[in-house]
Amino acid sequence: MIEWSQHLPVLQVVVPLIVAPIIVLFRNKNIAWFLATATAFFSLYTSIELLTIVQESGPIDYAIGNWERHVGIVYHIDIANAYILTIVSAVSAFVFPYSYHSIQQEIPEYKLHHFYAALVLCLTGLLGIAATGDAFNIFVFLEISSLSTYALVAMGDKPGKPPRASLAAYRYLIMGTIGGTFILLGIGFLYMMTGTLNMAELSEKLPALSDTSTVRAAFAFITVGSSIKLALFPVHTWLPNIYTHAPNVVSAFLSSTATKVSYYVLLRAMYTLFGAALAAQALQLKLLIGPMALVAIFLGSFNAIKQTNIKKILAFSSVAQIGYMVLGLSMNNLDGLTGGLIHLFNHALMKGGLFMAVGCMFYRYQSVELSDLKGVGKTMPFTTFAFVLGGLGMIGVPLTAGFISKWYLVLGAFEADVWWLAVLILIASLMAVMYIFKVIETAYFQEPDSDAEVSEAPLSMLVPTYALVLASVYCGIFTEPMLGAAREAAEMFLSAGGM
Amino acid sequence: MNILLATSTTAMSGEGVYNYGLVIFLMMTGLYLVLAKGNMIKSVIGLNIFQVSVIMFYVSMGRVEHGTAPILLEQDLPHHDSEHGHDNHDDSEDHGLLQTRSDVALASTADDAPGADGDGGSDGHAQPHSEDTEVNDNDPSIHTVDGRTAYSNPLPHVLMLTAIVVGVATTALALALVVRIREYYETIEEDIVDAIENRLQKEESQS
Repeated sequence: MIEWSQHLPVLQVVVPLIVAPIIVLFRNKNIAWFLATATAFFSLYTSIELLTIVQESGPIDYAIGNWERHVGIVYHIDIANAYILTIVSAVSAFVFPYSYHSIQQEIPEYKLHHFYAALVLCLTGLLGIAATGDAFNIFVFLEISSLSTYALVAMGDKPGKPPRASLAAYRYLIMGTIGGTFILLGIGFLYMMTGTLNMAELSEKLPALSDTSTVRAAFAFITVGSSIKLALFPVHTWLPNIYTHAPNVVSAFLSSTATKVSYYVLLRAMYTLFGAALAAQALQLKLLIGPMALVAIFLGSFNAIKQTNIKKILAFSSVAQIGYMVLGLSMNNLDGLTGGLIHLFNHALMKGGLFMAVGCMFYRYQSVELSDLKGVGKTMPFTTFAFVLGGLGMIGVPLTAGFISKWYLVLGAFEADVWWLAVLILIASLMAVMYIFKVIETAYFQEPDSDAEVSEAPLSMLVPTYALVLASVYCGIFTEPMLGAAREAAEMFLSAGGM
Repeated sequence: MNILLATSTTAMSGEGVYNYGLVIFLMMTGLYLVLAKGNMIKSVIGLNIFQVSVIMFYVSMGRVEHGTAPILLEQDLPHHDSEHGHDNHDDSEDHGLLQTRSDVALASTADDAPGADGDGGSDGHAQPHSEDTEVNDNDPSIHTVDGRTAYSNPLPHVLMLTAIVVGVATTALALALVVRIREYYETIEEDIVDAIENRLQKEESQS
């Protein structure tokens, strides 16, 4: 048993990586679904195990093939890594079981095993980014997850309809590749200056080199690259179309994992790699991205209010929520960063749950336009109630998870002596009320078309949706386990830079 | 990687920065093509040029002054004169080779990190034609520095193998998407696709 648990950091990544080609070999949709779901649950088990180990006995370093850290690749699991791993694997453990009925309706049967292979590969990439302690490895896993994301999104095309999913995927591919290549270039600069790719070693060596323009350029490239992947305000344009046109399962999965992992990469770059070396520049950058985060919050919320397509509402709301996370980062204090980090987890649960509820509606109505969904609250009461619960969390009503994140962000704003920021956060929450209420109004206060014979979504879709939504409510009431991890991670980033 | 440091601290000798100039030119060309061209195929080509420039950048930085191809020479094997012949493939020799590789890698990491000990480009072997450099009698392409054979740094090359695969996959996927887009809109000009999209969406909202 000791042997087994020693290898958890690498098994976390290797198991999905091996399962993906096996899924293709079987060419059977049921086996594909089963293997993908089993993998997701295995990842959830390992990441919770890792989180427990890390909380009890500190960071784990796993040298692959027993090579030393400046020769081989080292997987470094500390509290932040374990926290991100838990978010990604928890969401996939809910979304993968849900996908069984939802995806069969949207994708022809002969493509299903390819779909699951790409989904598991995407999971591999996201877990890999979160687990590795090697800078180049981050690029490799980033591209694994991005490439499979482009393919997954493009599968959202319906035959005979405009290939909007492909168009969105193409535009994301162009932006995402530029972002990924920027990160690669930045890593190249770092390697040039230090001769190592290990992040712990980089953070030790960089302070001595902080006044060289090569290191500064590396900082710029890595920050811009991860901002593109994160969809921060000026480079967020790919995100709404991706979430709108992708299959519902993919929207639910991506919205609650991909941007979270990019946020983690940004934190690693800002605190671990350059935190000590470029403290002044990093601080300036935080002041710079604070306004951008605010614009993201208001622009995203405003656009969400204008939309009539529920998936588009949720997508623009995601732009706003990313703004909240980055706002927490820009406050540069413990409460703010804790707020940003706990919002990663809470937003993953809530947005995942909301997209899954929308997927249930689509399953019965074949549409996510508000005009087609009149009275859905009467025909599908359970699904709509799940949407309401998730929506309340989005607004930040007390006793939901969203309240906890906003509470910490407001605390952070007061600690940073910018009280008006707290006011702006509250105004933005009111905008969230508007776009969530727009859906609720259509669902409950408009009469369904008389000829519509619609029943509830199948249980296999309702149960995971409720599990995710209720988990977000649970985490709003019993905050401690994840909030504790988020606070520890924030402390770690702010103190030693995290390695 | 010593090249850049050497040239940035000493005189800008043409040979050292020539590659990097080319990298910058290619990168800007690629980015311009991606951003300025409405033709999707041209954008994909631009993206490819952009990626290739980064690959060139990595390969250039792997160069070590006077370095030969990073394949371990027989004279550098630690157990060369012992009972292990090079056609002997038992376990102990494999282990020996592994040891050697890790030793060489360790040595090269330490050597190739002039910044790590804080003295920038003033390392002895960063200056060209250091006094310790000797040309091998049998093979003029092999130089020894301080009694050790000079190898190029193999790591950037290995990293770029991965990046090349990523680049090929990205291009293939992008072209596949463009094919699908063209099948419906019958154009690969982004402006025209946008115009068609706007018209379609107007029609949908009216009906």
